[in-house]
Amino acid sequence: MTTTDDALICVRNLERDFVVRRKMDGRRRKVREHVRAVRDLSFDVAAGEMVGYIGPNGAGKSTTIKMLTGILVPTRGELTVAGLEPQRNRVELARRIGVVFGQRTTLWWDLPLRDSFELLQKIYRIPPTRYRHNLERFVELLDLGDQLDTPVRQLSLGQRMRGDITAALLHDPEILYLDEPTIGLDVVSKGRLREFLRALNAERGTTLMLTTHDLQDIEALCDRVIVIDHGTAVFDGPLAGLHEQGGSTRTLVVDLVDESEPISVPGASVRRVEGPRQWLSFPADASAAPIVGAIAAAYDLADLSIQEPDIEDVIRELYSRS
Amino acid sequence: MAEALQHARRYLDIAWLWIRAAWAYPASFVMLAIGNAMITSLDFVGLWIMFSHLDDLAGFSLAEVGFLYGASSLGLGIADTLIGSVERIGTYVRTGRLDQMLTKPVPLLVQVCADQFTLRRLGRITQALVVFGWAAAYVDWSPLRVLVTVSMVASGAAVFFGLFVGFSCIQFWTTDASEFANAFTYGGATITQYPLSIFPREVLVALTFVIPVAFVNWYPALFVLGRDDPFGMPGWFQFASPLAAVVTVAASLLVWRTGVRHYTSTGS
Repeated sequence: MTTTDDALICVRNLERDFVVRRKMDGRRRKVREHVRAVRDLSFDVAAGEMVGYIGPNGAGKSTTIKMLTGILVPTRGELTVAGLEPQRNRVELARRIGVVFGQRTTLWWDLPLRDSFELLQKIYRIPPTRYRHNLERFVELLDLGDQLDTPVRQLSLGQRMRGDITAALLHDPEILYLDEPTIGLDVVSKGRLREFLRALNAERGTTLMLTTHDLQDIEALCDRVIVIDHGTAVFDGPLAGLHEQGGSTRTLVVDLVDESEPISVPGASVRRVEGPRQWLSFPADASAAPIVGAIAAAYDLADLSIQEPDIEDVIRELYSRS
Repeated sequence: MAEALQHARRYLDIAWLWIRAAWAYPASFVMLAIGNAMITSLDFVGLWIMFSHLDDLAGFSLAEVGFLYGASSLGLGIADTLIGSVERIGTYVRTGRLDQMLTKPVPLLVQVCADQFTLRRLGRITQALVVFGWAAAYVDWSPLRVLVTVSMVASGAAVFFGLFVGFSCIQFWTTDASEFANAFTYGGATITQYPLSIFPREVLVALTFVIPVAFVNWYPALFVLGRDDPFGMPGWFQFASPLAAVVTVAASLLVWRTGVRHYTSTGS
């Protein structure tokens, strides 16, 4: 098996089984059943790449991330991260990666952010000058200055997430894993976070791997998307290709002043009509502007909004075609 | 050795953070510490009431029982203060905190033991010291007896460390087994608050070779108090507490490693 020289993460035929005990009708004892959460998964990630790792719930995303970080041992297959085998060199690998779980915090609840960061300095043995430099930089970029002395329990979700990201980056990891980093954040916070991650990648060459349900995260950040379903990669390539293959669509929700016949405009088709409200779908990679323009010219518009394609729909579509 | 020192320093770093966190709620800290001391004091009050009706307990005077009680309580108190959080593995597994610890470059056992470190467990140690100090006044001290006493307390803490860690590992397999584990750790501690001569010989054998809590206080205390062994066990047992401590700790670390390996290979 050959690997390219610049592959920072190298996954080959990776598999992971779980034993599940299930109660069956008519039997007293639970039956042991093997479930393959990840099967025959292979991909390389080069240093400096930003990869979106997406898939429906239960597809094997977090099982993969747990294997990459050394939390779970693979059942079969090969796996190296930064030249290390995660399951054997967990502690050594931990110094070189950062992990952010969007829905949980690594910070200490009752303590000011600053204290959590200082503990991490000791845990990772970050030299004082580098620590001060990094802290200053991240606090400035993430606008955390006023929150440094606030106990974590008093922070908003967005502030806490920025705190968690700083915590994951203080030791200059080569790879940053982000699990649903923008979940629950408002639009402004999401935008700021994406901007920060882009800058991080550009300035320091940090490799990013993120799982998300928000396609806009991927659009803003990732040159490459790996779609996993039923434990294996069903797509690996640029986002545009995913839209093409998956035939994904965006939805324009139009509120007209009066009820009307289904709207007829080029480039979009009506999916649903409910009183004065109509739902039109159009290809995800097309611009909404000419469609909106055409509708506004022909109809009396009260309001409109655009719904991004749902990642689950795209993948379902992709899977049913393959 | 240098590595062990690093681990000890990480332990102290994490513990220090938790001490400061506790001071975020000073009133609650003080009340819990006092409550802790009072609850553990009730143990000894029970013994004291018993002695108001008896002259001795299986041939041991109140002061001698106080010595046994104090030694066991002190060992348990030290172990509980230093590594009491290990009982919570099941919770860490359920909440995903264990996963987060696995992404940090510090051995898991160090992180788990230091997590939620709290000085209010010092309540038990304080109470044990008071009883122990009072009982020690009745002992006919010699340099060797002082040495055996010091080694008894240190070994006792180490034996309880081993029991806590070893039995907590059951939670890697079934996450809500902490009550079962308590039966052995706190159960063992309760048994050693009495002179073991109140039990049949079979119990003593089990407490020597299976759950070795007899080495926490019973054997060394027989020497310090200048008592004959009512069971006639080998005399060198009275000096074997450090050996029992090393064996228990080594066995528990082995069980721990197996438990962590099981966890990382099941992810349950």
